[in-house]
Amino acid sequence: MSVLIYIDHTEGQIKKGSLEALSYGAALARKLNTTAEALLLGTVKEELSTLGKYGIAKIHQAADESFNAADAQVIANAVSAAVSASGANVVIFSFNATGVAVAPRLAASLKAGLVAGAVALPETENGFIVKKTVFSGKASAKVKINSAVKIISLNANSFGIHEMGDTTAEINIVDITPTENKVKVLSTELIKGEVPLAEAEIVVSGGRGLKGPENWYLISDLAHELHGAIACSRPVADDGWRPHHEHVGQTGVQVAPNLYIAIGISGAIQHLGGVNRSKTIVVINKDADAPFFKAADYGIVGDAFEVVPKMIEAVKKLKG
Amino acid sequence: MKILVAISKVPDTTAKITFKDGGTKFNEDGVQWIINPYDEWYALVRAVELKEAAADTIIHLVTVGDASSDAILRKVLALGGDEAIRVNAIPGDSFSVASEIAAVAKEGNYDLIFTGKEAIDYNASAVGGMLAELLNLPYVATATKFEISGNTATIVREIEGGEETDEASLPLVVSCAKGMAMQRIPNMRGIIGARSKPLKVVEPTSVESLTEVVGFELPPVKTGVKLVDADNVDELVRLLHEEAKVI
Ligand SMILES: Cc1cc2nc3c(=O)[nH]c(=O)nc-3n(C[C@H](O)[C@H](O)[C@H](O)COP(=O)(O)OP(=O)(O)OC[C@H]3O[C@@H](n4cnc5c(N)ncnc54)[C@H](O)[C@@H]3O)c2cc1C
Repeated sequence: MSVLIYIDHTEGQIKKGSLEALSYGAALARKLNTTAEALLLGTVKEELSTLGKYGIAKIHQAADESFNAADAQVIANAVSAAVSASGANVVIFSFNATGVAVAPRLAASLKAGLVAGAVALPETENGFIVKKTVFSGKASAKVKINSAVKIISLNANSFGIHEMGDTTAEINIVDITPTENKVKVLSTELIKGEVPLAEAEIVVSGGRGLKGPENWYLISDLAHELHGAIACSRPVADDGWRPHHEHVGQTGVQVAPNLYIAIGISGAIQHLGGVNRSKTIVVINKDADAPFFKAADYGIVGDAFEVVPKMIEAVKKLKG
Repeated sequence: MKILVAISKVPDTTAKITFKDGGTKFNEDGVQWIINPYDEWYALVRAVELKEAAADTIIHLVTVGDASSDAILRKVLALGGDEAIRVNAIPGDSFSVASEIAAVAKEGNYDLIFTGKEAIDYNASAVGGMLAELLNLPYVATATKFEISGNTATIVREIEGGEETDEASLPLVVSCAKGMAMQRIPNMRGIIGARSKPLKVVEPTSVESLTEVVGFELPPVKTGVKLVDADNVDELVRLLHEEAKVI
């Protein structure tokens, strides 16, 4: 019996979401009085044994380089082999682009119950119950997993990355042969210099109140000063002012940063659903009756074109 | 080419979400039901576009649900499906739904299976991947573009901080996200035509769920917004730094 955490990586680097998954898996293992082990398929630049600091006892590595470009099916098959070999009964993924494709495959092949989008550690006193968001953030559900093997994919920014001390993890090289790769990656395009929205701790978001794409420097300048990601409401993306991947809300990206700053966004129910798990919400809107103020922690009733430049200056002053 | 599109019925996006029976059940009173937006706007419309480009394409629609789902199926037929199949069961968890759809898919020998990126009620994004595994097919999740040439599909999908272009051969399972197609509204001809299209009801294989919802919670209500004067933006930044400790 153990907890097995899948380590996701890209371009030789472990993804931030996986560091969170490692911290979560380790905390769960402590709660269950068992060991936290991790699985790395392929290779990364980091010294793996240092992942011990997150509370991981052992890391299984299948170092075949072809895993670095493996599709979800190949990864799921390999994780399945590792689950059998290690005897793990809980498997943790990050609920990201990899987890969303791999975890359901693994769940179906192992007949393991899956909770996708977990936001807290399981309650284990009375069965195994995991809290997750439902209705696109408008509520949460407690989901009981009844199968022997349990799979959880963890929502970004819902547990945090926690270091436990200077321990090193044991490395166990395992021999897993990749199965046939059927989905070939032709190219990858990363938007350089931008903080990925789903991982961001600070998100600055603009709505129709900004009047047009030419005014987006207000959003990006503020985001830049705060090292945050930029986002927008749906009509902004629909009208082509901003790319689709920046659209947040019930039918867009769901985010839960530490700080969400909504500028010129009314706060429609479909928008709120996707952002209301943010820890602190700031609303800047010239209409004092905008519904968003009801969901906000801090607000300024005022014109974005006057308030935001002042805010940029104030942040600059703060950061020295 | 034969395409299967998985459709689910979800509460309208403006529906007020409340619970009953001590927070253990979703309160359906007064709730309007809609086709899951990802299924309708992206999965189905892209399938219809593929049919418009290649007339010998057949589109089947499948849902797991009781007779209350028939209205949704008529609407998707009006948008362009050729035949709808309803697995006559109250949907359980993602695994049981995927298992029921897999049984239908095995019967129909489809070249392509589209699902929405997620259902906006349970947000698990799991049915497509489970279905692919049960059918032993490749799977591409959260696709924003899908092109086909012969037997080879080129697909763009969202990844953290960017996108990825993939290539895969049919048969294939794809979950569809924004970008795949533009939302359409059914026209009169479609609505009338839908009345005579077949809507088949099949009995479930009754695969058991592996998980169950034992309770719901609403997010904590905000205690009230702290308003800062528009002439005092420095104060907002100070509060964010010293009080909320987020910058
Ligand atoms: C099925 C469905 C799904 C949807 N999904 C989503 C979703 O995922 N995400 C989403 O965002 N929306 C979604 N919507 C749309 C949603 O209902 C709203 O229409 C949308 O969020 C409004 O965007 P907005 O606030 O930018 O624009 P508006 O509603 O036009 O609001 C603009 C705001 O800017 C303020 N403003 C104007 N000028 C200024 C200024 N100079 N300074 C400061 N403030 C100013 C106004 O007071 C107003 O509050 C969905 C709708 C449907 C039907």
